[in-house]
Amino acid sequence: MRVLSVSRWLRGAVRAPSGGPGSPQVPQPGRREREVTVDVLDHLEHLALVDFRDSEGVERLQKAIQFADQLHEVNTDGVEPMDSVLEDRCLYLREDDVTEGNCTKELLKNAKEKVEEYFVAPPGNIPLPKLEE
Amino acid sequence: MLRASLREVSAALKEGHVSPTELCQRCLALIKSTKFLNAYITVVEETALKQAEESEKRYRTGQPLGVLDGIPVAVKDNFSTAGIETTCASEMLKGYIPPYSATVVQKLLDQGAVLLGKTNLDEFAMGSGSTDGVFGPVRNPWSYSRQYKEKLVPKSHPEDEDSNWVITGGSSGGSAAAVSSFTCFAALGSDTGGSTRNPAAHCGVVGLKPTYGLISRHGLIPLVNSMDVPGILTRCVDDAAVVLGSLAGHDPKDSTTVQDSFKPFELPNLTDVSKLSIGIPKEYHAPGLSSEILALWSKAADLFKNAGANVIEVSLPHTRYSIVCYHVLCTAEVASNMARFDGLEYGHRSDMNKSTESMYAATRREGFNDVVRGRILSGNYFLLKQNYENYFVKAQKVRRLIANDFMKVFRSGVDILLTPTTLSDAVPYTEFIKEDNRTRSAQDDILTQAVNMAGLPAISVPTALSERGLPVGLQFIGRSFQEKQLLTVAKWFEKQVKFPMIELEEVKRHDHGVFQHQKSASFS
Repeated sequence: MRVLSVSRWLRGAVRAPSGGPGSPQVPQPGRREREVTVDVLDHLEHLALVDFRDSEGVERLQKAIQFADQLHEVNTDGVEPMDSVLEDRCLYLREDDVTEGNCTKELLKNAKEKVEEYFVAPPGNIPLPKLEE
Repeated sequence: MLRASLREVSAALKEGHVSPTELCQRCLALIKSTKFLNAYITVVEETALKQAEESEKRYRTGQPLGVLDGIPVAVKDNFSTAGIETTCASEMLKGYIPPYSATVVQKLLDQGAVLLGKTNLDEFAMGSGSTDGVFGPVRNPWSYSRQYKEKLVPKSHPEDEDSNWVITGGSSGGSAAAVSSFTCFAALGSDTGGSTRNPAAHCGVVGLKPTYGLISRHGLIPLVNSMDVPGILTRCVDDAAVVLGSLAGHDPKDSTTVQDSFKPFELPNLTDVSKLSIGIPKEYHAPGLSSEILALWSKAADLFKNAGANVIEVSLPHTRYSIVCYHVLCTAEVASNMARFDGLEYGHRSDMNKSTESMYAATRREGFNDVVRGRILSGNYFLLKQNYENYFVKAQKVRRLIANDFMKVFRSGVDILLTPTTLSDAVPYTEFIKEDNRTRSAQDDILTQAVNMAGLPAISVPTALSERGLPVGLQFIGRSFQEKQLLTVAKWFEKQVKFPMIELEEVKRHDHGVFQHQKSASFS
């Protein structure tokens, strides 16, 4: 199911059927030519906001995906994902009390544009222009 | 005097052979005469001299704060320092003055250390060369050593001379260069995939990556929260233990520091290694490992064997996936961490004023280099709802397998793992920049990254000079929170190999006076 939904997003994605335990689930990288669709690019740009819209940026992304695909050589059946190496420890949480404050002036010092005690942003709710094909 | 170790100079301060102000002035002078190394982004002469003066008062009244009092140190420019510009070598944070200091910086200051300045790095610590920062690349001090210059094939054109300089490794290259060129006695780096150990190996200094959770990350501008640790760069293993002792321990401001109490330790002189079990992970014989380093690695293994240690080959089968796994986890965390840089509250802000979103996008295009933008973009891709399971969670699963490999080996009775730190000695800058950052990082972090996946402590110890007259370091990996054992073994090794001291030709030429002066007061 997951495999299907991924390939819907990726033009030209070809996936081999999953093998049994121990066998690679996906063929070696390099054999597949995946292309990121304009839709995905558009969506990514809205999330990342890094203005990568040049062919070089897209190419770099494609390479990064291809590189990451090597992960699928590893059999991870039954393996729990690891968030942190401290997962078996009880970590310190402080009381939910205010301990610092009154630093408005200091914090505003680093802002480029402000009015009184406010940060100033340009007009909101205007989406980025759509990408052209 | 400047070539002394931290502990030696601390003793000299205590006995009054040198004053903190004098020491600080000499370091500042040397920073000036080694400016061409580009090791420092910011030098805070005035506050350093003020701190030295205060230290001097304490020594005069017989109340120094401890072994660090009056010791000149440097800090990588991705640690927040109150009142001192903190840039991460990025356009994005140029001019940013943090309102607070990182816990580790505060701890150094509270113990009387004199902060000389902020050191250069790859932008946001993303890189393995210290070549990708907005302030330009760091030059490896060994490029200007007699040892390296003697081995150089003479070029017919004297103008070519400038193209021979080699990189420091990264991303804490500025800190490594600062310690290696004697402008400070210890420096802080950070280590997410090898960023402390890699430049330490290339610059011939000790680089310690402590266990994740032992030292506070509060105020370290995050790269990958689940793997970042502050790193320690010093001239010798004993010094690393001193700095570790002054930094380690629980910090209420960092919930990922463990609450176990940490007792600073002095390293014993190991006389008997016969009870030690040293593991040699065969997977670290990686493609691209230079024959020279391979030879030094086996020589080191023999050294332990001949001294009676149990040296055995072990296997960490998933280690070879650590770079790919890191690529996904790192970009994902970067994508999330870098969301804070939008130009509104601090840092660079674009003039684009059409809409909030377009201002954000323009700010981030202008503020981040291609490497950072590329990682943000890939990270967002791996985190997309439809890719999350397939890439991010998959990488987290592979991470567990990598960490489990280490656990199995240590459970089998191995005390310490011995590996190379880098695949080769440092390459000339002109060679290094032929490959892109991702390819370079993938190659260069290959021997150091897996340790961060598992959170283990590791240290790179300068071992020998290569045929080209450049430093080579070997890496020791220990059990979690077993820094004392790790450093004790590293110290024993350091004593056996007798790594030569750098002989800086260029600096002598650039500033004859400083070094002459120094020599007369030198310990060795």
